[in-house]
Amino acid sequence: MAEDVATLDTVAAVPVEARRSSTRWDTLFRLLRHPSFRTGIILTALIVLAAIFVPIISGVDPDKLSMRTRFMPPGAAFLFGTDNFGRSQLARVAYGARLSLLIGTAVVLLNAVFGTLLGALAGYFRRLDNPLMRFNDALMAFPAILLAIALTAVLGRSIPNVILALSIVYVPRTARIVRASVLVIRQMEFVQAAVAAGAGHWRILRRHILPNSMAPLIVQLSFLFAYAVLAEATLSFLGLGAEPPTPTWGNIMAEGRQYMREAPWIITIPGGALAMTVLALNLLGDGLRDVLDPRLKIQQ
Amino acid sequence: MTLLSVRDLRVQFGGGAGAITAVDSVSFDIAEGEVLGIVGESGSGKSVTALSIMGLLPQPPARIGAGSIWFEGENILTYSERELRNLRGPGIGMIFQEPMTSLNPVFTIGDQLMETIRVHERISPRARRERAVEMLTKVGIAAPERRLADYPHQLSGGMRQRVMIAMALACRPKLLIADEPTTALDVTIQQQILELLLDLREEFRMAIMIITHNMGVVAEVADRVIVMYAGKIVERAGVKALFEHPSHPYTRGLLESIPSLEDDRQRLKTIPGALPNPAAPPPGCRFEPRCGFRLEACRAAVPPLADIGGGHDSACIRHRELANP
Repeated sequence: MAEDVATLDTVAAVPVEARRSSTRWDTLFRLLRHPSFRTGIILTALIVLAAIFVPIISGVDPDKLSMRTRFMPPGAAFLFGTDNFGRSQLARVAYGARLSLLIGTAVVLLNAVFGTLLGALAGYFRRLDNPLMRFNDALMAFPAILLAIALTAVLGRSIPNVILALSIVYVPRTARIVRASVLVIRQMEFVQAAVAAGAGHWRILRRHILPNSMAPLIVQLSFLFAYAVLAEATLSFLGLGAEPPTPTWGNIMAEGRQYMREAPWIITIPGGALAMTVLALNLLGDGLRDVLDPRLKIQQ
Repeated sequence: MTLLSVRDLRVQFGGGAGAITAVDSVSFDIAEGEVLGIVGESGSGKSVTALSIMGLLPQPPARIGAGSIWFEGENILTYSERELRNLRGPGIGMIFQEPMTSLNPVFTIGDQLMETIRVHERISPRARRERAVEMLTKVGIAAPERRLADYPHQLSGGMRQRVMIAMALACRPKLLIADEPTTALDVTIQQQILELLLDLREEFRMAIMIITHNMGVVAEVADRVIVMYAGKIVERAGVKALFEHPSHPYTRGLLESIPSLEDDRQRLKTIPGALPNPAAPPPGCRFEPRCGFRLEACRAAVPPLADIGGGHDSACIRHRELANP
């Protein structure tokens, strides 16, 4: 025993500080080295910064009508041109970005909370699995966008209702992913060891199972953000999102559609912003998946 | 004094015609401070027995069909979930086979150790920390303060098993169940872990139930040994008696299949055949199809586990010939 302790001591002399909490930094560095994650995070940051600062700096009211400036093409006076009521497209698209990001964030947060809750309950308490998951299946049987359209049609046109509808549509999908990882983690030996040490259900879920099932959820949520932004634009475009003149990307595109030939910038600029946002979030999600998914890690 | 007493335990998996009896009428006792070895090959029911004692069997599919388990005079099979939770840890602790997966990868070992202490004891965070350091010292981990901040992946297998033992002992259990605690480790580390367990038994005055398929481990640590085959106890004896006078052909087979340095045999002796299908066990003695000593009578009825003198039990009708060859 004595010799053993001595050897261990020399092993411990290897700088412990350097290794401390290496996992977290490791993951961050690997993420930043990942090309698509890097592109995604830069684009996302640009969009977020633009959404925050463009309205503040320009100080232009997105709802200010002006007959003199109708249909002005992008140029020095109006960077993104003006629409059929002479409103600044730059201001409108920037405000639209705020709404898109707000709705995306809200849907992601609601999914993180309720998807995790449902998934964890179904995966951990086997008795709840069948009722919860059959209800889930029923919701998932509808195509996402059709269910969202039906829900907003019933709930009425407003931003909170869009958030609610999109959350109802996507929570079952999130719950399914959480449930799958909980099913795997609950079989691991450290969970058994925790039970054998007298830990209760709540403690086991909170300390052992959930922290170990987060990786797939984080990946899923990054993609979900993109779906939510896209779905919100679709609903607005179809006239089921926030009421005009609220400048959502979908609303702007719906109005611009009539003037597509004469003033193509009205529809293409919010369309481009939407495409860029979805692309940025997907790149980000791809990077997260590559880095966080243990199965892919082995193949690298 | 008897600490744990298992009586006629029967555990089944599944139901109806396809039901499998994994543990069949198993009875044994563990005295305070005793080390009981349970030996048998994979599928002999030793782990299922251990999990039944801990109340860790997933039910369903498992079902405890009959029997009772008495710990300090109370039948723990009748315990509620809450009572079981209070029993696990301070009453009965358990360490597992795989040190690589028995620790939660996302928390430091200090977090996990202190968490275990917190479940059962209301003490201040400072006292918890001191206790964690003390436990790591006891299991022979150097620089324990610094180790508290390490993640499991930063430790070797042997170190992790030491941490596992520290976690199980932090609650000062009266009985420690060790399910193949050394199987996944190098032989040199195995030896250290076994010595550690014996040292700690003295210090904590606890009983140990060690489950293994390795006769060497049993010889090293056990006071008494139970040999299980296909869900039944086939032999039970003090460790010396078992190694000197194995009185069941299966035990004999196990002992003969240990490689020896004195022998210059080219090949090890093995027991021919495999475990019987648990859904349709042979009608008489379960070992009979593989046994070199079988008689017609072996097929007629299941031979009972009978005392053959001096606290030595065997379930073989020819034990007399086996013990004195």
